[in-house]
Amino acid sequence: MRYSAWEVFRNGLTGNKAWKPVWRDPEPKQRYDVVIVGGGGHGLATAYYLARVHGIRNVAVLERGYIGGGNSGRNTTIIRANYMSTANVKFYSHCIKLWENLEQELNYNVMFSQRGLVALGHSDGQMEAMARRANFCQLEGDGGEVWSLEECRRQMPYLNYDDPRFPIYGAHWHPNGGTARHDAVVWGYARGADRLGVDIIQNCAVQGFRIEAGKVVGVETSRGFIGTTKVGMAVAGRSGEVAAMAGFRLPIESHVLQAFVTEGLKPVLPTVIGFGMGHFYISQSDKGGLVFGGDLDGYNSYAQRGNLPMMEHVAEAGMALMPMIGKSKLLRSWGGINDMTMDGSPIIDRSPVENFFINTGWCYGGFKAITGGGDAFAHLIATGNYHPAADKFTLKRFETGELIDETGAGPRPGRH
Amino acid sequence: MRIDCPNCGSRDRREFQYLGAAVLMDRPAPDAGEQAFVEYVYFRENPAGAHRELWLHEMGCRSWIVAERNMGTHEFASTRLAADVKRGAK
Repeated sequence: MRYSAWEVFRNGLTGNKAWKPVWRDPEPKQRYDVVIVGGGGHGLATAYYLARVHGIRNVAVLERGYIGGGNSGRNTTIIRANYMSTANVKFYSHCIKLWENLEQELNYNVMFSQRGLVALGHSDGQMEAMARRANFCQLEGDGGEVWSLEECRRQMPYLNYDDPRFPIYGAHWHPNGGTARHDAVVWGYARGADRLGVDIIQNCAVQGFRIEAGKVVGVETSRGFIGTTKVGMAVAGRSGEVAAMAGFRLPIESHVLQAFVTEGLKPVLPTVIGFGMGHFYISQSDKGGLVFGGDLDGYNSYAQRGNLPMMEHVAEAGMALMPMIGKSKLLRSWGGINDMTMDGSPIIDRSPVENFFINTGWCYGGFKAITGGGDAFAHLIATGNYHPAADKFTLKRFETGELIDETGAGPRPGRH
Repeated sequence: MRIDCPNCGSRDRREFQYLGAAVLMDRPAPDAGEQAFVEYVYFRENPAGAHRELWLHEMGCRSWIVAERNMGTHEFASTRLAADVKRGAK
């Protein structure tokens, strides 16, 4: 069924009995042309673009749990393209452009909202860096401005402008940034892929890979053996484990990043605000909850929950920036597992196993990259060539020294 | 999360700085070749279970500690002074 206002109206009049499940629940076939491991945003987007752009429709997406139940539903839904290293600038700009047309393309409401993103600056030097960053955004056509202190006061009267530690000097305004509803993004891609013939197989845990003469020939799963010509791995925080099953290591540590949401409030926050010096960022969901978070807890973890010191730190930073949020009650908090690479940038490449492709290392920025990551990964799997927007995200760069270290933190995954 | 420092006893996690996997203590010999250093600097096991790792008791005795911690549960199995581990290895 193609969704439209007319369908909502028609089904409303007929008791909403004609709505069908959004995707099938097929039994796995014996063999596929491509098996995607991981039914999160990246895996489903990859399957969707394989089918739509490259005409490869004999594809399975294997998901250990259920669609939308992993890290795709454990992020803070922010989309932005305000990067500075060449490789990231062109890739995230490509992502934003796909986001802008995503709902029309998928015929699915992902609640994409380009409400804009503010990155605060706290010194003359930082304001110069903000101007440079805004220029990078403008060059890619993604919109970038520098806001003066007066403009900040006008746009965001609720911020604390008297903080002696980090006084606000101005901001970088990134109008094309924003948010989207994370579950809707995975559901939309799942529906789109399913409609093109992709099998989405839930409750199907990968237990190993069958590799013959250095070439992958199939996947051992909890629902039996599945033969395939190519495997695409897109398992977010679990990349290390899945790569170990295929017999290779990655330049990755898994870290936990916490996020928090308050009770629903009336609209108070029209943009996304990043307070980098305080390790704090915040936006308001369409339901009214203030969604905010900070930095990684800083130690390796697969636990999907963090510790109290980081919660305390984030709450302090939030109060330092926006004292008005102090009376809102915290509704819940959660932790997502992040594939932190050694340079803080992702990997979309082949692996040491032939026909085994990897999409990994998204650090804490995987959500915004779902569109472009899926597109570029599908391109690599289908054609064997790097997508022009993602040709620097190689595994080899850790040997050749062509690192994409946006923050300059060095080989310290927890510091990116 | 509390960490059992061999010198100071059970202390709050906030007193410690995390560095990374304890393989960082096993630097290859200078003539081990480029590939050995690439593996040493960048590539990790990243297990979902027991993990040997380095913590610095920065706000305490300032000793480096080798801890064995479960990455799925954050439970510490053991903590030893890195100096002892290094001496034991030699």
